[in-house]
Amino acid sequence: MTNLFHQDVLTALISGGVIAGIPLLLAACGESISERSGVLNLGLEGMMIIGAYTGFVAAYYLHSTWLGFLGGAGGGVLACTVMIVLCVWLGLDQIVVGIAITLAGEGITSVLQGAQFGTTYPRLGATPTTSIPLLHKIPVIGPGLFEQNLLVYLGIIFAVFLTWFFRSTSVGLNLRAAGEKPEALDAAGVSVAATRSWAVLSTGALAGLGGGFLAIVGAGVFTPFMTQGQGYMAIVICMLGRGKPIWVALASLLFGISLSITTALQLAGIEISTDLINMLPFIAVMVALVLFGRRSYLPPALALPYIRGAR
Amino acid sequence: MTRPDQGSSRRDPAAAAPSARTAAVVELQGITKRFPGVLANDDISFDVRPGEVHSLLGENGAGKSTLMAILSGIQTPDSGEIRVDGTPVRIDSPRKALDLGIGTVYQHSTLIPALTVLENLMLGDSTGLRLDAAGARARLEEFGALLGVDVDPAARAADLALGRQQQVEIIKALWRGSRLLILDEPTSMLTPQAVEELYTVLGRLKADGLATIFITHKLHEAVSLGDRISVLRRGQMVGTLNADAVGSTPPDKLEEIVIEMMFGAAAADLSEVGELRVGGVEEADAAAPAGPARVLGEPLLELVGVAAPGVGTDPGIADVDLVVHEGEVVGVAGVDGNGQRALAEAISGQRRASGGEIRLFGAPVNRLSVLKREKLGLRYLTDDRIGEGIVGNLSIALNLFLKRIGQPPYWRYGSVRKRAIDARAEELCEQFDVRAPGVETRAGTLSGGNMQKVLLARELSFGSKVVIFHKPTYGLDLKTTLAVREMIRQMRDGKAALVISTDLDELLEVSDRIVVLSRGRLVGEVAPGPGAAEEIGGLMIGDVSLSLAGAESAA
Repeated sequence: MTNLFHQDVLTALISGGVIAGIPLLLAACGESISERSGVLNLGLEGMMIIGAYTGFVAAYYLHSTWLGFLGGAGGGVLACTVMIVLCVWLGLDQIVVGIAITLAGEGITSVLQGAQFGTTYPRLGATPTTSIPLLHKIPVIGPGLFEQNLLVYLGIIFAVFLTWFFRSTSVGLNLRAAGEKPEALDAAGVSVAATRSWAVLSTGALAGLGGGFLAIVGAGVFTPFMTQGQGYMAIVICMLGRGKPIWVALASLLFGISLSITTALQLAGIEISTDLINMLPFIAVMVALVLFGRRSYLPPALALPYIRGAR
Repeated sequence: MTRPDQGSSRRDPAAAAPSARTAAVVELQGITKRFPGVLANDDISFDVRPGEVHSLLGENGAGKSTLMAILSGIQTPDSGEIRVDGTPVRIDSPRKALDLGIGTVYQHSTLIPALTVLENLMLGDSTGLRLDAAGARARLEEFGALLGVDVDPAARAADLALGRQQQVEIIKALWRGSRLLILDEPTSMLTPQAVEELYTVLGRLKADGLATIFITHKLHEAVSLGDRISVLRRGQMVGTLNADAVGSTPPDKLEEIVIEMMFGAAAADLSEVGELRVGGVEEADAAAPAGPARVLGEPLLELVGVAAPGVGTDPGIADVDLVVHEGEVVGVAGVDGNGQRALAEAISGQRRASGGEIRLFGAPVNRLSVLKREKLGLRYLTDDRIGEGIVGNLSIALNLFLKRIGQPPYWRYGSVRKRAIDARAEELCEQFDVRAPGVETRAGTLSGGNMQKVLLARELSFGSKVVIFHKPTYGLDLKTTLAVREMIRQMRDGKAALVISTDLDELLEVSDRIVVLSRGRLVGEVAPGPGAAEEIGGLMIGDVSLSLAGAESAA
């Protein structure tokens, strides 16, 4: 049996953790945008799986990782327009619509995958990585953190950007107001529907991008139901991070590590049932909720449709 | 001194003096608005000129708020014309209203509690992507100087006293250079001191040439503040008293005229209501049947050093000593959010007291459940009618029996006896004057007044002995208010009542004595009488830093 703390094992753990964490990070940051604006987006899982499929197809046929990412984001945007029309414009129940989007997304992508590829699961080649000079030579953490796909770095930078965006821009202030007290935003002369629509739209794009990353970089293949509840995990992460992007990013990477532990353990030659290990992330979610659930913050107007003048 | 960003024409002294020749800033012509089943505004014409306060007076449901909503772009009229500076306009959104220079301070706060004062002010005022915090801070200082108030821009709105919050709301309404300020029932939540301060602020704005519409249902406010007074009744404009009439008529004569306008033929019955009088608080005391000569019965409810925890932003109580005797009505005054709910729920048993002893009929009840206290005769009339008072989807009849589920003769062998319930419910509806198609009507469809009557029927019947009334007339129309206050007074007949209210006039009218709750403690006791309002007001603020000091030093 190889030592669990062997250098290769740790490198694989960190590297795998980052790759598994980025889809969570993107989706959870997206969720924090829409939750801040008062829309509880339970369709995140569906938007991710649709993004995974469209991203994979785009990357497969166009032979480009970046066009693949674009395809993923596009798929997510497409899926979230349903939510915008039904929940933001027509004021339907966000929870019901969100679950519907998730179920529909899982079903549609499975059907499309079957129709397109039958029972074969074509793989994509390895994706290009960008090394950060000097830093990637640090033992153990170097290859894991500083020799990754460019989108990894962009994702982390985005979380920092989002913090600034919420605090210091007028659009960020509008978003917060829409989630705290939409009637106040309306009275201030800003359209609540428009604010929330843009919020949900960017959520869809980010969730789709996350799904695309999962299929293209993480797995290199699309298989039905491949998101395995990561969308829901992202919703929990967003809640625990109190909608603060930096915390959301850190929590995403930690959850990423718990997702990638299977690979590391196999590499270390430790024989545990994979079913048991696959439960780890979900146990982590429950533990985190028990430990930190009380600290979570949800905007007062979350999941409440806004209709002007209604009391 | 001029409001920031105002054109030079506003400095013209002629514009500051209201006169018939001054052109109206905003003019309404034949405004009609219909809601399903209600004609809220019926052919209303109205105007307001620079440098004047135009009071708009009327009962709840007279159509004041609808008219205001039309002016601020929340509602659009079915017919009629709005002119701003003589030009017909269509105000179809709040943004449009702001662009036209109409700023509104709504009855319900539009400040966002979790945001800072500055963030609240900057909301919707963007010219670019980045927020201009420095510019906004400077602008806030200008407004502070104009209004004579000093507001901390970094304070969270939730942490400000109500009077201060309202000042921020006024600044917010003027932020984009409004020329018309609409105030919707601005004094309903304020202490007497904060009301004084509001008057000062409005005076300064008036001198600066601002046009103000002051919406209220309190006559003495409308009379003391308004240059002109208009009265709405059942959606119609009864009439407008012009500046000359208001200026030349003595206040008590004016008051009679306006009561006549508000209530028509029914005015004579209603003129006894203290709330309607000019400075009527003292006079109302004479009407109270309470007197020191009355002999009090046994203590029914006793609180000894009672403490209870707060929930969320709602504070708890500590060291509360209070006795309510048989035949006594005790009022609890205080600014909202000073522990009223904790006090009520600690007594009712919905919140466990963390210290002290609560006694009912001399025996401690700390360990008794809500149900057991209720069986002893303790009742709690909640202030949260819709939230915890009724179940909207159930019938009136079932709502009346919500607290007797499982009890004979209305339930037998675990099943409900519908006929017994309906029969008793019909009696109760009759007795408490609940206006509804029938006892089968869903309780959620009732108006606020009828809903409150259903709750009163439930809590006052079935052997009540001690009743806690929490804001019993909040948001009710005048007739229901009078009926409810009469019910409270009847508690003197062998029962006991604790009335928790933020309406000082109400407490002075119904209570034998009034204790004052501030920051979760009882800070004093006052007997109703001349000067009681001021004394209570002083106790209410206590050490809470209200904006008064800041206003005086800046002025």
